[in-house]
Formats: sequence, C-alpha cells, structure tokens
Amino acid sequence: MLEQENRHLLSGREYIGVNKIDGPLIFVSKTHPVGYRELIECVDADGKVRLGIVLESSTDAVVVQIFEGTAGLTLPNTRIRFSGRPLTISVSKDMLGRVFNGLGHPIDGGPPQRSDIELDVNGMAINPTARQYPRDFIQTGISVIDGMNTLIRGQKLPIFSGNGLPHNELAAQIARQAKIRGTDTEFAVVFAAMGVKHDVAQFFIRSFEESGVLENVALFLSLADDPSIERLITPRTALTLAEHLAFNEDMHVLVIMTDMTNYCESLREISTIRGEIPSRKGYPGYLYSDLAELYERSGMIKGHNGSITSLPILTMPNDDISHPIPDLSGYITEGQIVFEREMDGRGIYPPIAGLPSLSRLMKDGIGEGMTREDHPHLASQLFAAYSYVKDVRNLASVIGEEELTPLDHDYLEFGREFEQKFVSQRKDEERSIEQTLNLGWEVLKFLPVEELHRITEEEIEKFYGA
Amino acid sequence: MSDRIIGQVKRVNGPVIEVMGITDAHMFELVRVGQENLIGELIKLDSDCAVVQVYEDTSGIAPYAPVYGAGMQLSVELGPGMIGTIYDGIQRPLEAIREMSEIYIKRGITIPSLNREKKWHFIPSVKEGDNISGGTVLGTVQETENILHKILVPPLDKGILESVVPEGDYTVEDVIAVLRTDDSQTKDLFLMHKWPIRVQRPTQQRLPLDVPLITGQRVIDTLFPVAKGGTVAIPGGFGTGKTMTQQALAKWCDADLIVYIGCGERGNEITDVLTEFPKLIDPRSGRSLMERTILIANTSNMPVSAREASIYTGITMAEYFRDQGYDVAVMADSTSRWAEALRELSGRMEEMPAEEGFPAYLPTKIAEFYERAGSMETLNGDSGSVTIIGAVSPPAGDFSEPVTQHTKRFIRCFWGLDRNLANARHYPAISWIDSYSEYLEEMSSWWADQVGAEWLEDRTEIMGLLHKEVRLQQVVKLVGPDALPDTQRFILEVCTLFKNAFLQQNAYDKIDTFSIVEKQAKMLHIIVMYWKRGLQAIKNGTTLIKLRKIKVYQDIVKMKFTIPNENLSGLDKIEARLERSMDQMEALHA
Ligand SMILES: Nc1ncnc2c1ncn2[C@@H]1O[C@H](COP(=O)(O)OP(=O)(O)OP(=O)(O)O)[C@@H](O)[C@H]1O
Ligand SMILES: [Mg+2]
Repeated sequence: MLEQENRHLLSGREYIGVNKIDGPLIFVSKTHPVGYRELIECVDADGKVRLGIVLESSTDAVVVQIFEGTAGLTLPNTRIRFSGRPLTISVSKDMLGRVFNGLGHPIDGGPPQRSDIELDVNGMAINPTARQYPRDFIQTGISVIDGMNTLIRGQKLPIFSGNGLPHNELAAQIARQAKIRGTDTEFAVVFAAMGVKHDVAQFFIRSFEESGVLENVALFLSLADDPSIERLITPRTALTLAEHLAFNEDMHVLVIMTDMTNYCESLREISTIRGEIPSRKGYPGYLYSDLAELYERSGMIKGHNGSITSLPILTMPNDDISHPIPDLSGYITEGQIVFEREMDGRGIYPPIAGLPSLSRLMKDGIGEGMTREDHPHLASQLFAAYSYVKDVRNLASVIGEEELTPLDHDYLEFGREFEQKFVSQRKDEERSIEQTLNLGWEVLKFLPVEELHRITEEEIEKFYGA
Repeated sequence: MSDRIIGQVKRVNGPVIEVMGITDAHMFELVRVGQENLIGELIKLDSDCAVVQVYEDTSGIAPYAPVYGAGMQLSVELGPGMIGTIYDGIQRPLEAIREMSEIYIKRGITIPSLNREKKWHFIPSVKEGDNISGGTVLGTVQETENILHKILVPPLDKGILESVVPEGDYTVEDVIAVLRTDDSQTKDLFLMHKWPIRVQRPTQQRLPLDVPLITGQRVIDTLFPVAKGGTVAIPGGFGTGKTMTQQALAKWCDADLIVYIGCGERGNEITDVLTEFPKLIDPRSGRSLMERTILIANTSNMPVSAREASIYTGITMAEYFRDQGYDVAVMADSTSRWAEALRELSGRMEEMPAEEGFPAYLPTKIAEFYERAGSMETLNGDSGSVTIIGAVSPPAGDFSEPVTQHTKRFIRCFWGLDRNLANARHYPAISWIDSYSEYLEEMSSWWADQVGAEWLEDRTEIMGLLHKEVRLQQVVKLVGPDALPDTQRFILEVCTLFKNAFLQQNAYDKIDTFSIVEKQAKMLHIIVMYWKRGLQAIKNGTTLIKLRKIKVYQDIVKMKFTIPNENLSGLDKIEARLERSMDQMEALHA
C-alpha cells in the first residue's frame, strides 16, 4: 500500500541508467510504481530530451517506447523521468495555419503552441448514443465520387491506392473542392503525414497555398526520415486537434492522413520487437482495434455543430486489396475509394474502379431533397451495368469481340463512354451534382431501355427520354 | 456490494492485469481495479497470483494498485426495463452514461443496468403456500404494448411461497415475494434477478426445429430458410452485406424480441439503428420496432475485453426472454471481432497459440456459444426459442480461415456472401451456390400448410436451374453463348430473370424491403411457370427473343417493386396474363 500512496510523490522521479535498449524500446527496472501508458521523458548524455510512453508496467520492470527513436542512447547515461500523466497536447484554433511534428511541436519556426486546453492524445471512445448519424452530402465535384460513392459529412472514407497512383492529387482536389451545397461553411483541414517523403508534404502545402486555404490547415508531419515510431503518435495528435476543432469549436474538419500503410508498419515493428504473437503477415492481432481507435474518432455528435470527415490514404502493398492493411481498414471505415492501376495506365483520372469502391453512408445523403430524386437508382444502375461490362470484356478477350451478341456490343460501348465521359475528368475540373447525374444518363443511353432493371418507369420517362 | 481487497496489481499489459498476493478470490469473480474502480473479471488463478481482464481502459494503472473482489460472478440484471435500452458489453446503460459523461465514455462509471426508480405495475399470479420452483411465473408486468414481461422465479430457487405482494406498482428492488426453501431458509424475490453471463440458463429439454423464422428476405425464406431456434452464420468480406442483412432481419423477422449485439463494429451503425428503429413500425404489431429490441453496443474502439463479454451478455438476455415463452432472435455482428478479442487477450496472457494466433480453445468457445440457441421447453413447461444469427468477417474474405471454418461445424444454416455479387450491387449478396440450410426438410410441412405443396416443387426446380447455370456459364466463358442450343440459353435467361426479379432485394425500397411468404411463393411460382411454359414453347419452335418480348415480361421483372404485401392480387393478374401469353404462343406453333 505504501508504494501506491507514495506514487504521486515519486512520479517526477528520474532514473539514471537503463537496463536494455531494443529498437525503439527501453527497459528500466526497479522503478517506483509506474502507470500504464504514462508519458516519460528520456534524456541522453547531451541533455537532449525525447518523449515516450509506457507500454508495459510491472513490479519488476517498465517497458517504454521512445517516439524519437533510441539512436545514440547508452545504457548507463540515459536518464528516464516519469511524469505520472498521459501524453497530452495543448490545442487551440490558432494551430490552423501552422506546421508541427508528429508530437505536436511546431517546426515552422513560429512560437511554441500555448493553450489552456490540454487533451490526452489517445482520446476516448465516443458513446454511440451521443453520435449524430451523418447525412449531409458533400459535393466534391468529382463525378465518380459524387455520383456513385458519395462522400457524407462525418464519414470516414479511405482511399485505397498503390505506389505511384495519383491519390495525393485526388485528396488535394477533394480538399480544395469539397463543399456543402447551399451553405458557405468551409472545411478546416487537419493533415497528418506519416512516413511520406518531403515532396509529398510539399505538394500538399503548395496545393493548399495555391487555393489560398493554408491558414485553414494544420499540418502534422512525421516524414520518411523522421523516426518511424513517431508515426504511431502522429495521427493521434492530429485527431486530437480535429476533435477539439469539431466538438469544442463547432468547425467542420476534414482530416487527411497519409500513408496509413507506414503507420501500420511501425506498429508491426514494435510488436515484433516485443515478441508478440503475430496474426497475418506479421501484423499484430490488435491491428484492427488499433486502427479502429483512429478511424472511429470521426463523425458527428448530437448537439454539436462541428464534424470530422476523414480521408485516410493507404497504399496497398502489391496493389493487393486483401492485404491486412486495406482489408482491416475496409472492415472499419464506411466504404472505400479504390484505385485501379490498369485504368491509370489507360490515362483515366481519377482511376477509380467503380466496383470495389463503396460509400456506405450515401444511402441517407442522396435522393430527393438532398441531391436529386433519380440519384439512388441511377447509381445502382451504373454499377450493375459497369459490372456487366467487365464480364463482357473478359468474354471478348476469350472468344473475340466479333462473337459477341449485339447486346454485349452495346455494353462495350457503354463501358467506353462511361469511363471516358463520366469517370474521367481534369484535376481542376469541378462538376456540380446535376452535371454528374446528367452525364450518367447520357452514358446510359448507350444501353437499350429493357436493360435498365433498376430504374423506375417514371425515371426512364423523365431522364432517359423515350 | 461488499468489496474486499483480494490482491495487488503486479503487471499491466493493456486490458490484462496480473494480480499478486491473492487470498480468497474465486474464478470469474467480478473485480474492481485501483482507485479508478475499473471493472474486471478474474479469469485465471495460479497459487497466489491471478489474471484479471479489465473491461475499461487501463491507462494509468500502476503496480501495487489494490484489486477488490465483488464476491460474485460477472452477471447481468434480468427484469423489466431492458427492452428498448442500449447497453455496452457488460450491460451498462449507455444513455445513462451519456447523461454523466457526455460525448465520451469515461472510465470507472457505475450505473445499475436496470432503472432503480422506475415503478412497474405488477400483477401476481401465485398465492401464499404455492409450491414454486425455478421458472414459475410469479406474475406479470406489461413492459411494452406487446411484451408481457413474466416475472420468473430464478432458475435455481425452489420452495414454498411464504408471501406475495398484492397487485401494484413496484421498483425492481422492492421485495415482491418471499420464498421458504426446503432447508427452511427464507429468500426475498424481486422483479429482477441476476444471472452469470457465462452460464447457460437451464431448460427442460430441446424441441424439434420445424417452424421457420420468417425474415421477409426472399433469398433466405425461399432458398435457405432458418428455423426458430436455429443457428446461422453469415460470413463475408468487408462491405458484402452482413450488417445490412442482420439489420433487415432485426427489422422484419417474425421473432417476438430482437437482441442486437454490435460487437466490435462501427459506432455509426449503432446510431443508425437508434435513429431508424424507433421510427419504423413492426408490421405485425403496429408498434415501433424499438419496442421489441434490446441493443448491445461494444463498438470497435471500445475496450476489447468488454467486446469478448458482449456476446454472453446478449445471449443471456435472450435466454431470459425465451424462458418467458418468447421467440428471440440474436444478431451478433461480428463474431469474428469477438474471436479476435479472445485472441488478443490470450496473446497478452502468453498462452500457446493454435492457428493464426487464435487460442486452442477457440472452437470450444464457438461451440458453447451456438449451443445456447435452440427451441426449448422451459422450466415452467412453456416453449420458447433463441435463434442465433452470427456474422463472420473472414480476413480477405477467405472462408478457409479458422473462425469461419470452426463456426461452420456448429451451425446448420450458412448464408455465404459473395464479393462479386456485392461489387455488382446484387444485394443481398448471398451466394445461391455456397449457401445451405439444413432445416429445409424439417420445415417443409410448415410451408406446405402455409402456401401449398407447390412451393417445395418450385423451389427444387429453381435450385436445379441455378446449379445448371453455373456449368453452362463455364461453357459460355470458353465459346460464347451462341454455341449453346436455345433450350440451354433459356436456362441462362431464366436464371438472370430470377436473380433480377426475385433474389435481388433492395433494403431501401419501401415495398421491396420485405416480402411476406405468400408474395414470395407467388413470385417464385410465376417465374417457374415462365420457365416451364417457355421451355415447352421453345421446343415447339418459338425463339428466345419472342419469349423475352412478351409484354408481361417487364411486369414480372418489376413485380417486387410494384406489388405491395397488403394486396397481392396484382400477382394473380400477372400470372393470368403470363398464362394467356403462353397459350397464345402455343396456339401459334400448334
Ligand atoms: N440488401 C441490401 N440492399 C441495398 N444495399 C445493400 C444491401 N446489402 C448491402 N448493401 C450495401 O452494401 C453496403 C455494405 O453492407 P454492410 O454494411 O452490411 O456490409 P458488411 O458485410 O457488414 O461489411 P463490414 O464487414 O465491413 O461491416 C451497405 O452500405 C449498402 O450500401
Ligand atoms: Mg458490418
């Protein structure tokens, strides 16, 4: 009991010398009782301070994880100071327009961030009864998204991409063009970069600059040459600010997190060093829960005006959608925008394959009074028809196009038009939802009316034309 | 609660805590950890050490923190007030928690599961001197318009009723009866009692499973029906429709009560149910759907150990209503997240893993869970059922993984979701090739009574065609459709029609969202008639084009949207018109 009561007296105590260093982990024994997930400071021989948190605490030893990495540390000269509290950041609206590292420390040369509000970066689970079901249509101006995979305010909709595909361009285009029609509310952007290269960060900064919104963006950068462990905290820091802006300041926040694959790899690194039993491909069994802790922080709350809409970007290793990172993400998020390398090869931008892409929240955000009454059936029909196009193309590649039935020829033509006219658009092209839907009808006209099983008589009359 | 210190924290590793200096703790004892009062359960004892699984975030917990024992197992409170309520994985009422901690779920909150202030109107049905035992109905409380809550003697109690209160209003903590046990002790009885979640509630015996749970989903009721008291698995990759299917069932199936367990899934899905269900009207009772629903939400970002418990919390509540003679359907979304919680906890306890890191006892746990389903003769001689419908989320949508494979051993109805169907927006994406129901035979006489013997014939006919189609499609893929004779191409056409007009069912369409069995049987019959008469017509020399151009064809394609459940006469008209068209065609070629 004595140990327990003295805990807060001892909490600031410093220990000189550690027992073991293994990758980003440090083991210290014979400490006072230290709390699980407590924040620590690690001071090296030169007096430089690094931050870390407690991953495991026992009567024998404490395991801490150092965010800035352990390079240059020695066993005897490393000092560890326990803080007795969790890792927090101080948050405020003034953070918009500024650049921070993954731990929330400014790296833009400006003054340190000061505020009375200190929040635990781990956040807490939102009570499901406090959530407001998201249903406001966000017009991104991109047909294949607005028309078929509609983004809703408060949704978490990741982009599943691959190396070298234009996911950054698409994310930047969405951030530039996203609007709620009939309102002039603007999105604040919280941008978290994990392990991406400098030029990617520069690309986003330039794009925000050009559209004149940079003062509405907070950037958290943990780039490729920063310690890999810092990536584990970067999205948490960023989301903590996002929560503050959305639910304390009533702002609409768009969170862009890239690249989730790097985040997951850092998680795997830690797990491997700790000798945990892996599940698939060496990733820890708790990858799902860990990702959920991040993704589930988006949404809307009853009685609050703000929202967090998140667009995580992840590159699928080997373009494989069944890889644990996209797979587990897909199980948590509310749909996904999937890029297809083959379409990119054919010069189609955005290279979004209709079929595996999905927006689960679109159902309540489209249709009469929200977009247009024909939207739900039109989207469903486009999906069905395009899916048949894929079958016909496969068949044609085996038996030759000449052998196809006349109907199948119609489908091939529809497929071409759909990709060229509807999906394809310029990187600065912004289409209204009406333009998008009208384009959809235009390409459907390449199919005979009997093929439109998913569309009602009235809609055919009104939009398809007799 | 008489909390006593049972030991001190030795090691903290996420939700798993090792405790030292154990004195008199018992297995599965409910415990509290530290000043924060975190709820946990003791799950392992080893000389003077123990392992506790904590149901809340353990941040800040340090060695030497005290661990208190509650002297009882982790249990749920069973009594009036559960219906329409939303609980977390260990039966804490989330609405009440929100009143205390707003947006986020704070730690260490203690709130009773059942409201202590609310008074219920109790009408006794026993009298002094009665011989009573576990399951005896002491009286009733009209909990909602449709659910008459029967107050039961707790399963293990027995004796002579010494007193019972008169009709009146009582809280769940008021004594409503006193029992004198065989060894002359007295025991107070209340409107509620507690039951440990990991222990199956006793019954007299299992009854045959011969009545279907009608779901209103055509592919289910017509092709792969489940019995009341049966077990179903719905496996499928992400986005293939597990949640939508379970929600459709929760809305429209003909169970008396739904226990919906959101186990490690999305917060917004729970919010969706919470906003939609109160507005939807149960077609059978005319009342709000929320009045027959209990929700358990332990979303993916809530503590993983409470996710493990949520499944048991849900099934125990279901058994309790079964014991009152009700048919209860349990939706568990997703059992994979529960299995993963087991895996995570097992990993943290450094147990030896079996396949893919799952503990070796995974199959036993899955079996135990599905065993709690069934149609039962209850202790008081009534009958009730618990149907379990479990979603399975296989990594990469690959059904050969351990959770799907082991689940398959213990269920009798399998609705496999197909990624290609989902991508083509063919919903529900339930594969007609991979899925099966072992209940069909036992239930066929119910169908014969309900909609006529033709149903089974029609069903067999169409299933035959669907299987033939698979083989024909393989041929088409090699040589194109033109190589097939018209009689075989007609099979392809009929199957396409059946998929579009019958199997696909739009959950968002007012009329299509559910079909009563009579509508299903008639629709099926019309399509089978089109097939049979059409085939004859082809043999007589008609072309495929002509068959497709008959006017009534378009009406058949859209009958699911145009003919409401309340008035099926439109289907009879379509059938009559189809018959006439076919007669005419026959006459033409005679
Ligand atoms: N019967 C249906 N009618 C209309 N749309 C459907 C139907 N079933 C599924 N969908 C569509 O598919 C989407 C995904 O379905 P659902 O959320 O049920 O998938 P899931 O299998 O539960 O996925 P996860 O494992 O990721 O939770 C829905 O948002 C909806 O758009
Ligand atoms: Mg789901």
